[in-house]
Amino acid sequence: MGPYRALLRRELLLAFRQGGEIGLALGFFVLAVVLFPLGVGPEPEMLRRIGAGIIWVAALLAAVLSLDRLFAADYADGGLDLLALSAMPLEGAVIAKCAAHWLTTGLPVVAISPFLGILVDLDRASIGRLALGLLLGTPALSLLGAIAAALTLGARRPGVLSSLIVLPLYVPVLIFGAGAVDMGIAGGGVRAHLLLLGAISLAALPLAPLAAAAALRQALD
Amino acid sequence: MLTYLANPARFMRWSGPPLVPLAVATALTLAAGLYLALAVAPPDYQQGESVRIMFVHVPAAIMAEGVYYVIAAASFVALVWRHPLAEIAAQAAAPLGAAFTLVCLVTGSLWGRPMWGTWWAWDARMTSVLVLFFLYLGYIALVNAFDDMSRGARAASVLALVGVVDLPIIKFSVDWWNTLHQPASILRAGGPTIDVTMLVPLAVMALGYVLLFVTLQLVRMRTALNVRKARALLLAAPSRRGGATAAGAPPDATPVLR
Repeated sequence: MGPYRALLRRELLLAFRQGGEIGLALGFFVLAVVLFPLGVGPEPEMLRRIGAGIIWVAALLAAVLSLDRLFAADYADGGLDLLALSAMPLEGAVIAKCAAHWLTTGLPVVAISPFLGILVDLDRASIGRLALGLLLGTPALSLLGAIAAALTLGARRPGVLSSLIVLPLYVPVLIFGAGAVDMGIAGGGVRAHLLLLGAISLAALPLAPLAAAAALRQALD
Repeated sequence: MLTYLANPARFMRWSGPPLVPLAVATALTLAAGLYLALAVAPPDYQQGESVRIMFVHVPAAIMAEGVYYVIAAASFVALVWRHPLAEIAAQAAAPLGAAFTLVCLVTGSLWGRPMWGTWWAWDARMTSVLVLFFLYLGYIALVNAFDDMSRGARAASVLALVGVVDLPIIKFSVDWWNTLHQPASILRAGGPTIDVTMLVPLAVMALGYVLLFVTLQLVRMRTALNVRKARALLLAAPSRRGGATAAGAPPDATPVLR
């Protein structure tokens, strides 16, 4: 576990010391959610109805916006070549970087989501389902996002391109995540939604690093 | 056999002659299919004449998805065996698939207006076709996003494989989402209830679409190979002239590199 922990530590240190990195994604997330009531009107019934969807879409966009942090800097300064040359498999490096990405974007989003739930007038049980869904689903966002981030290394306008690539892949996460809260409001069972959400994250855990590492190798040679 | 035919030089030799017959067969089949669909097939007892849109729409839907699997298979071959022709095949197929998907969406929308009273409903199938369209766009954008063409080709191959793994999950999730949000009342299952008088035109049209795809695919692959050859010749040209200079031309006649 040595090299993985070292890489994870390095990524986290970089994220914290460069300041603003975490705050930026989080600020975007909050602002995107806050803009919606201004756009659609402040009626509590409507906000309750669409609130979970808004928060999930904002979480998706916040994840996409922070994707360039994953590999771009290391690609530019050659650090990625060293990672590829090291004894650690590239897939492992991808997992460590995804873990750091999730800890600095996914987890803060999960942590702040209850407050946003209050802003859109969700009841307590719905807020719980929202936070639990985000906790289960955001790892998949980081992992799938890593594929897009790796594929677009060295491309012209990588940011726009990676969002075009990755947002269709995020569709299932959005559906099950927002669906869990809506289903709870409608009085149905939410277990299946949350289980499927967890299943997507678990399936992405081994598969996405494989694809992302393959993409990184293409970028490096 | 396939490896033998797939050599780029040999491909250029064998793919040229069948192009004209293929194009003629495509035109004839599509003409026959359209005649059968528009003139011979009976109007539906519920949908009236609007049902004829289906003969254009359904084969497009089949091709929309089928071409994506063609791209994924070609990408797999390109990644595993590094076959140059497979990359070219995948890239050539992508705009065709995107076009079929767009035809499917547009004709579906045109059919939906008189039938459902709306241009667009968030029906499960429509939604997953729309997502498929975005997958195509992402693929095409990625192919063209790099200054180094081979890098774009390889990145797009990885993306095609990721997409083909994710596609069933997307379809499943959209089906699930749709059954929750709106009851499946608008779209009755066609399936086995379709009459032979409609099935035959549909089959002919589907065959016409497949022929159209094969023809255009061959043309696009040949064009891509020719473009590559032309670029290679252009790149080689200055050095050849440089060699001629060294062989005895006066030094002030050194050609300017373009």
